[in-house]
Amino acid sequence: MLKNRIIPCLDVKNGRVVKGINFVELKDAGDPVEQAKIYSDGGADEICFLDITASNENRETIIDIVRKTAKKCFVPLTVGGGVKNIQNITDLLLAGADKVSINTAAVKDINFVKEASKKFGSQCIVVAIDAKKISDKKWNVFTHGGRNKTEIDAIEFAKNVEKNGAGEILLTSMDKDGTKSGYDVDLLKSITDCTNIPVIASGGVGTLDHLYDGIVKGGASAVLAASIFHYGEFKIKEAKEYLNSKNVSVRL
Amino acid sequence: MNVTIVDYQSGNISSVINSFNEVAKGKVHLEVTSDIKKIESSDKIVLPGQGSFKSCVDSLNSISGLVETLKEFAIINNKPLLGICVGLQMFADVGYEEAETKGLGWISGKVSKIDNQNGKFKLPHIGWNEIEIQKESKIFKDIKNKSHMYFVHSYEFIPEDNSVISATTDYSSKIVCSIERDNLFGTQFHPEKSDKIGLKIIENFIKL
Repeated sequence: MLKNRIIPCLDVKNGRVVKGINFVELKDAGDPVEQAKIYSDGGADEICFLDITASNENRETIIDIVRKTAKKCFVPLTVGGGVKNIQNITDLLLAGADKVSINTAAVKDINFVKEASKKFGSQCIVVAIDAKKISDKKWNVFTHGGRNKTEIDAIEFAKNVEKNGAGEILLTSMDKDGTKSGYDVDLLKSITDCTNIPVIASGGVGTLDHLYDGIVKGGASAVLAASIFHYGEFKIKEAKEYLNSKNVSVRL
Repeated sequence: MNVTIVDYQSGNISSVINSFNEVAKGKVHLEVTSDIKKIESSDKIVLPGQGSFKSCVDSLNSISGLVETLKEFAIINNKPLLGICVGLQMFADVGYEEAETKGLGWISGKVSKIDNQNGKFKLPHIGWNEIEIQKESKIFKDIKNKSHMYFVHSYEFIPEDNSVISATTDYSSKIVCSIERDNLFGTQFHPEKSDKIGLKIIENFIKL
């Protein structure tokens, strides 16, 4: 039986790990390579790096981190942030990333998703969707790390990225991110119901019950969290044991 | 000993290289190449594969003499070869991803899309799944039945002869996830991404 995945996410800025509260007020805490190794030794099913300032700064730092991490961690590594073109993907994959996540560039031009999945295979193309609620059962897509609003409907966009070859969707609720009040389960359910590719839930985890809700109520195939693991509130193993005790199948 | 990872522009092979380097750690000489002479003179070959069946077969065929060299190595001389993911799938006679494409024809069978039972099962099959060992395999030494391995694929290899199947995994149906015939090995899962247990499989292959 396929197991539900737990993915710790490390937000990286200038080569250091940070986690924003609603994407502002960054705290500095830790070396990403060491942190990733701790997570992988601790039973993380995958590791995710998000280069949160990559859109504006040079990309060598994150590539160097990926290169070092890939030599120490033998679980899948996803890297996102500022992925704009085929060359960016090539560079990350050559450095040792297994998947790349595309956000703003996918919204700007859906053909980029198509081209990337054709060239590298769907298995390594994740589309990150940042969505914010605008009315009941309606969410719009945001870009540039949540700074820019678009008029694109998140559900329609999710269907469109699947059609264009994305292998997975990483879905972040802008309303929930950093709040520790749980995933936006309505948003998750709406997207998982209308797509046939795996959806990774992101944004809002504060307790282990939130992970349960993301999988069981939201239908996510994987749950991503940053601060609850990063600040040591819970270990990956505790999260897995908790889910297992509630009959959610995980890799123990 | 020389172990060669065949680099035929089949997509991202850095993880395969990293994991073999980790296991080899100076004890084994590791080459990453498409050079026919180096492949001929190696003791073991790893055939990775990412992307579609068609794109991998096309890439393999675009390097002059490569397919013949691999066949001579693995089939005629019966030396150890490990195919990973699409590397395994290409052993088949035919694949149906993108377009009907002729495979290497080393193990009779076909590669078809996993039946997702009208959307009940999400595709790709991504994540950790348990393997059910079907027969003793040299690369499963010290690997427990029901160990978790990491998968990423939408197509499955269906061999005609079930006796080549060394493990299956359960996803909508029993999917073939490992084969062994003489010195020919293949895994649908990614040992290079399957944590310590995956590295153990790589070690078993290197130690053959």
